[in-house]
Amino acid sequence: MAELIWGLATSHVPSIGSAMDRGKTQDPYWKPLFDGYQPARDWMARHRPDIVLVVYNDHANGVDLDIIPTFAIGTAERYQVADEGFGRRPVPDVVGAPDLSLHLVQSLMDEGFDLTVFQQLDVDHGLTVPLSIFCPDPGDAWPCAVVPLLVNVIQYPQPTAARCYALGQAIGRAIAGFDSDVKIAIFGTGGMSHQLAGARAGFINPTFDHMFLDAIENDPQSLAALTREDYITQAGSEGIELIMWLVMRGAMQPTIQLVHSTYHVPASNTAAALALYDNRAPQGI
Amino acid sequence: MNKMFMSLRTAADRERFLADEQAYCTEFGLTPGQQTAVADRDWNAMLDLGGSIFYVYKLAMLDGRSMQYLGGVFTGMTEDEFVAALRSGGRING
Repeated sequence: MAELIWGLATSHVPSIGSAMDRGKTQDPYWKPLFDGYQPARDWMARHRPDIVLVVYNDHANGVDLDIIPTFAIGTAERYQVADEGFGRRPVPDVVGAPDLSLHLVQSLMDEGFDLTVFQQLDVDHGLTVPLSIFCPDPGDAWPCAVVPLLVNVIQYPQPTAARCYALGQAIGRAIAGFDSDVKIAIFGTGGMSHQLAGARAGFINPTFDHMFLDAIENDPQSLAALTREDYITQAGSEGIELIMWLVMRGAMQPTIQLVHSTYHVPASNTAAALALYDNRAPQGI
Repeated sequence: MNKMFMSLRTAADRERFLADEQAYCTEFGLTPGQQTAVADRDWNAMLDLGGSIFYVYKLAMLDGRSMQYLGGVFTGMTEDEFVAALRSGGRING
């Protein structure tokens, strides 16, 4: 049977990808962020999954306002890297894992999660930046197949944190029931606190961010109980992306082992964090 | 207006927009107020008139403007002041 081996929570700020694409990771502005990633990158390179399930949101690149799926999943064999308005990132296109995608669609539908299905999808920085954080030098191809799972976090009303956590729990059960000897990792992307538009632009809340980083590991139920208004008030209008970390967390075991975490302000207009968890921790009673 | 910004994902439409912005805005059915906001690059007005930031940002990128520049506009700062505010930990009481 398939095994969910680890989970990675990470910001997906486009300028993090841009810094890598333009060789600026050692510049004084970016060096602290990338130095903070290194222990996680080293560990992930030693624990390579066959497939990663990337929970992310599109930013008006693969999806527009004509159709707004609350939760969606890609089932394609390949996903092109999107042109977001300035040409596409110089990274490989993404190879899908249709067998796992279709298994997830069926399992999640049976559990009452009626996902929208993308048989074609261009993937934007929300997906490719986390892949670059995982694997900075992919060469001609990413080291593993990918299943994109999209959450609407940019158009009101976004799903509740509780629903995201429940979706994650259903994903965990679905992976456990996937009859294939593959190792899977799950990424929860977005965050941390930030707001891009309006008079509150530049808002950062390190107190909330540190609370969240502790609770996502040890008390995710408390985060699932927060309202979307709580997230927007406490973490900024785009900080609500953090509900996607709850999808990741819900898919994992009740007890997880922190491998490495790092927190840095700023990555352009945001607070950025990375947290890596081993899902193979011994479970208490 | 958001739909028009979305179209700027393709190089061909970016060129078409730049060749005749007003005609392009008319083609997408922008209101007179929205057309003025776009023509004047009045970023606050674009938000007030229904622009969503990830869509509006596509026009800013076309102009070579950064999200930090927009953050400065939204908060009454220069881009450098906004970048400095983030580098000092962000607008914690914002």
